[in-house]
Amino acid sequence: MITQLPPRQNVLARRDAIVAGLRHLLPPDGVIAETLRLKPYETDGLTAYRQVPLAVVLPETTAQVAAVMAFLHREGVRVVPRGAGTSLSGGALPMEDSVVLGLMRLNRILDIDYADRLAVVQAGVTNIGITQAVQGRGFFYAPDPSSQLACMIGGNVAMNSGGAHCLRYGVTANNLLGLKIVTVEGEVLELGGAYLDAAGYDWLGLLTGSEGQLAIVTEVTVRILRSPEGSRAMLAAFRSNEVAGACVASIIASGIIPVALEFMDRPAIHACEAFAHAGYPLDAEAMLIIEVEGSTAEQDELLGRIRAICARHDPISLKVSSSAEESAAIWKGRKGAFGAIGRISPDYLCMDGVIPTSRLADVLGRIREMSAAAGLQVANIFHAGDGNLHPLIMFDANNPDSLGRAERLGAEILTLCVEVGGCLTGEHGVGAEKRELMGVQFTAGELDQQRRIKSAFDPGWLLNPSKVFPLQAAPA
Amino acid sequence: MTAPLAGEAMVPGDEAGVAAVVRAAYAAAEPLLVLGNGTKRGILRPVQAARVLSVGGLTGITLYSPQELVLSARAGTSVAELNAAVAAKGQQITGEIPDFSRLLGGTAPQTLGGAVAANLSGPRRVAWGATRDHLLGVRAVNGTGEVIRSGGRVLKNVTGLDLCKLLAGSHGTLAVLTEITLKVLPAPERRATLVVRGLDPVKGVAALSAALGSPYGVSAAAYVPAAFSLRVPGLHGASALVRLEDFATFVAYRSERLRAELAPFGQVDVLDDATTQEAWAALRDAAPLVDEPGAIWRVSVRPSAGPRVAAVLERMFDACWFLDWGGGLVWIAGPATEDAHDAVCTAAREAGGSWTLMRAPKALRASVEVIPPEPAPLAAIARRVKAAFDPRGILNPGRMRAGE
Repeated sequence: MITQLPPRQNVLARRDAIVAGLRHLLPPDGVIAETLRLKPYETDGLTAYRQVPLAVVLPETTAQVAAVMAFLHREGVRVVPRGAGTSLSGGALPMEDSVVLGLMRLNRILDIDYADRLAVVQAGVTNIGITQAVQGRGFFYAPDPSSQLACMIGGNVAMNSGGAHCLRYGVTANNLLGLKIVTVEGEVLELGGAYLDAAGYDWLGLLTGSEGQLAIVTEVTVRILRSPEGSRAMLAAFRSNEVAGACVASIIASGIIPVALEFMDRPAIHACEAFAHAGYPLDAEAMLIIEVEGSTAEQDELLGRIRAICARHDPISLKVSSSAEESAAIWKGRKGAFGAIGRISPDYLCMDGVIPTSRLADVLGRIREMSAAAGLQVANIFHAGDGNLHPLIMFDANNPDSLGRAERLGAEILTLCVEVGGCLTGEHGVGAEKRELMGVQFTAGELDQQRRIKSAFDPGWLLNPSKVFPLQAAPA
Repeated sequence: MTAPLAGEAMVPGDEAGVAAVVRAAYAAAEPLLVLGNGTKRGILRPVQAARVLSVGGLTGITLYSPQELVLSARAGTSVAELNAAVAAKGQQITGEIPDFSRLLGGTAPQTLGGAVAANLSGPRRVAWGATRDHLLGVRAVNGTGEVIRSGGRVLKNVTGLDLCKLLAGSHGTLAVLTEITLKVLPAPERRATLVVRGLDPVKGVAALSAALGSPYGVSAAAYVPAAFSLRVPGLHGASALVRLEDFATFVAYRSERLRAELAPFGQVDVLDDATTQEAWAALRDAAPLVDEPGAIWRVSVRPSAGPRVAAVLERMFDACWFLDWGGGLVWIAGPATEDAHDAVCTAAREAGGSWTLMRAPKALRASVEVIPPEPAPLAAIARRVKAAFDPRGILNPGRMRAGE
C-alpha cells in the first residue's frame, strides 16, 4: 500500500477556518467540505489508493485559481490539482491535509484559429472536446490517450499524455504552443503563446509532464492539425513474440512509420476476443494492429508494402481491412482492452514501462516468468513502434496479499524496463504509484537536481505532495 | 565574424574531463565560456569569462539503431557527421538543423551540442517539431561539476522532470551537454516544392495557411519577397512556397492535388527534388539575408501576423526580410542600432511573439535585450532555476540576459 507524508496537524486543526477562507473566494457551490461529498475525490484512475482530502475547490476562472492559490500559500496548505481524475499513477491522489483543486469548471474553448492552426482552451476541456470542436472543419488534436473521452487537457499537460498515434504525431509536449499557469504564490503567468519556440528557457517544455509539481495550468494553446484523407488498419498474427518483434523492426527499418503499431500478446488477444468478438486469431502468440493514413491509393500502397514485410515473418494470418467498418472491427478489441481485462479479473494494475523495441521478445519472456513466479496473470498490450509497454497485472483487491504481490510484480517489471535501457513510465506519469522506484532510474544526485528545480517553483513543497519524488528524502 | 577559439580553451576528451574542469571552476568561482566549436558565439550576448571550455573533444556516435529510430552521440560530434551517418541508412535528423556558418562567419563545423543548446530548427519545424521535440535524452555536467542525465534512449519517457527540453535552448547556461540522444526518422523517397508566384505577403501567407491546413502533409512553408528571391534556387519574383516530402508516388499525387487547391491564389509551379533540396537548404540557412550588412533578427509570431511585422519594420528602417514556418518566423536584416533593435522588439511584442538577436556587433549585443525579458515573477523563478543548476553562476554568465 502507498504511504503518504504525515499530515500537517496545524493545517488539520485549522480546517474550518481554511474552508471559510476558501468560501470567501469562490461561488457558493465552488467549495466542498462535507465528508460525503468529498468521497468522490478520494481517488483517481488508480483506485487501489484512497484518501479523502481536507476540502475540494472548483474554481471557474484563472482569477479564482490565483486567489485560491494565494490564500492556500499564505495558510501553508498543500494543493492537489485535479482534472478528470483519470490518472493511472495516482497523480491526483489527495492527502488528508490537502485541498483538491478541481479544474473541471474551466471548461470553455476560448479561441479556434484555423488559419494559424491553433486552439486556446481552458484546462478542464476534455481531450476529445478539442477534436470535436474542430473536426467539422476537418481538423483534430493529435494526442489521443485511451481516456480521451473523459480526461482533460490540463491533466494531459501535467502528465505529458501520449496515445496510440504518438509514433507519428508525438505526445502532448510536441503539440503545445502555450500555457497560462498560476504559481504556488498565486501569480498568473503566460508561457509561450500562439507562436513557435519562445526564446529563453523552455518553460513550456519543463512544465509539460511536471505532474502538478511546479504550477497549476489553467489555459492551454494547442496546435490543431488537418486530418488525413483517410486511414485504414490491418491485423497480423504471429507464432511467437520474437517473430512479431522482428516484424516491427523490419517495418520501421523499411522507412514506413505507421501512424499506429499496436502489439498484443496471447493473454491480451484472448481477453479482448472474448470481450469484443473482433475476430482475433486465438491460435496466435502475438498480434499486431497496424494503421496507415493517406488517400485510398496511398493506404493501398503502404498496406501492400507492410503486408509483404509481414509475409516474410511466417504469419499465421494477415487481414487487411478494405473499409472504415473493417478497420473499426480490428480496433474494437484493442480499444476495449481495459474493459476486457476487467471482465476476467476483478482488479488490475496497468503498468506503463518503456523498453528499446529491440528487447521486446526478451522482456516479454521475462515478464512471463515473473508473473508465473508471482502467481498472477499478466496480459501485455504495447505501443510497439515506440516501445511503450502496458502490462496489465490482474489481482483481487479484496485480498491484501494479492494486491501486495501485484505491486511487487509491477515494480519488478518496471525495474526490468530500466535495466534493459528503458524507463519507468512512457505516458502515465510517476504519480504516487512509481515514486519509490525513481531511484531505480536516477542517481541520488539526479533526483536532487530535479528536487532543486521543484524548489525553485515551489519552495514550500505545497504542490501535489507525495508524488514523483521518493518520500524519504522529501522535505516534510 | 566569430574569432577563432582562443588558445587557452580547455578541450577535454571525455565527460569526466569536462566534469573536472567545471568542478575546478566551481571551486574557484571562475566563469567559463562554454561552447562546442564556437560557431554560434555571434548569437545572443557576449560572455565575459576568463576561461573557455569546449566540448569539441567529445566526439563520436555512441549508439545508432536505425530500426529503433534512435541516435546517440557525444556533444562535440559534428552535425555534418551525424547527417551523413543517418543518410547512409536512409534516415534524417528531423529538426533540419540549420548551418549558420555563412550567417555568422567561420568555417568550423557546428557540433550537435551547440545545435541542441541553441535549439535551432529549420523549415520542417512548422510541421514536424523543433530540435527539442526530437530530443530523447541528454547527459550533462551541471555548474557544480556533477554529471546528470535526463530522458534516455527510448522514444517515450515521462519519468521525472523533463530536463532535456529545459537544457535545449538554454545556451549552456544551466549545464554543459556531453552526450545527446535524438529520435530520427526515415528520409523521404522524393521531395517537391510548389511555388505560387506574384503574391503580396498577406495573400502569400494565406496560401501557405491553405497548404498547411490541407491533408497533404506539407513539411515546410515559406514566403520570399521579390527583392531576395534570386538568392533562393528555383525562385524568381515574390514566392509563396511549400514542400512535400514522402514516397515518390505520394509526392506526385499530392503535388497535383495541392496545385489544384492553390490555383485560386495564382500561378503554381513545381520544383523538382534537387531544386527543392537546394531551395530549402538556402531558406534554412537564411541565405536570402546573410550577405546583408548590419544586424539580423528572428521574430516568432502567429503565422498570420508575420506579414504585418515585416511591413512595420520595412517602414521603420527599410528592413530586408523573408518568412518561414508558414509565415510565423520572420527573418529580418537591418541596421545594427539600438533604434532598429527597439523597433524589432516592439513589432514582435505587439504581435504577441518572441525575438532573438541572431547577429550584431558585440557592443550592440551587450547593450540590448537580445531575447524578450520575463515578467518579474517568472524572472525570479528563472534565477532560482539557474541557481539550482549553477549556484555560482559560472556557466556562460550573461549569455542570454545581462547579469545572469
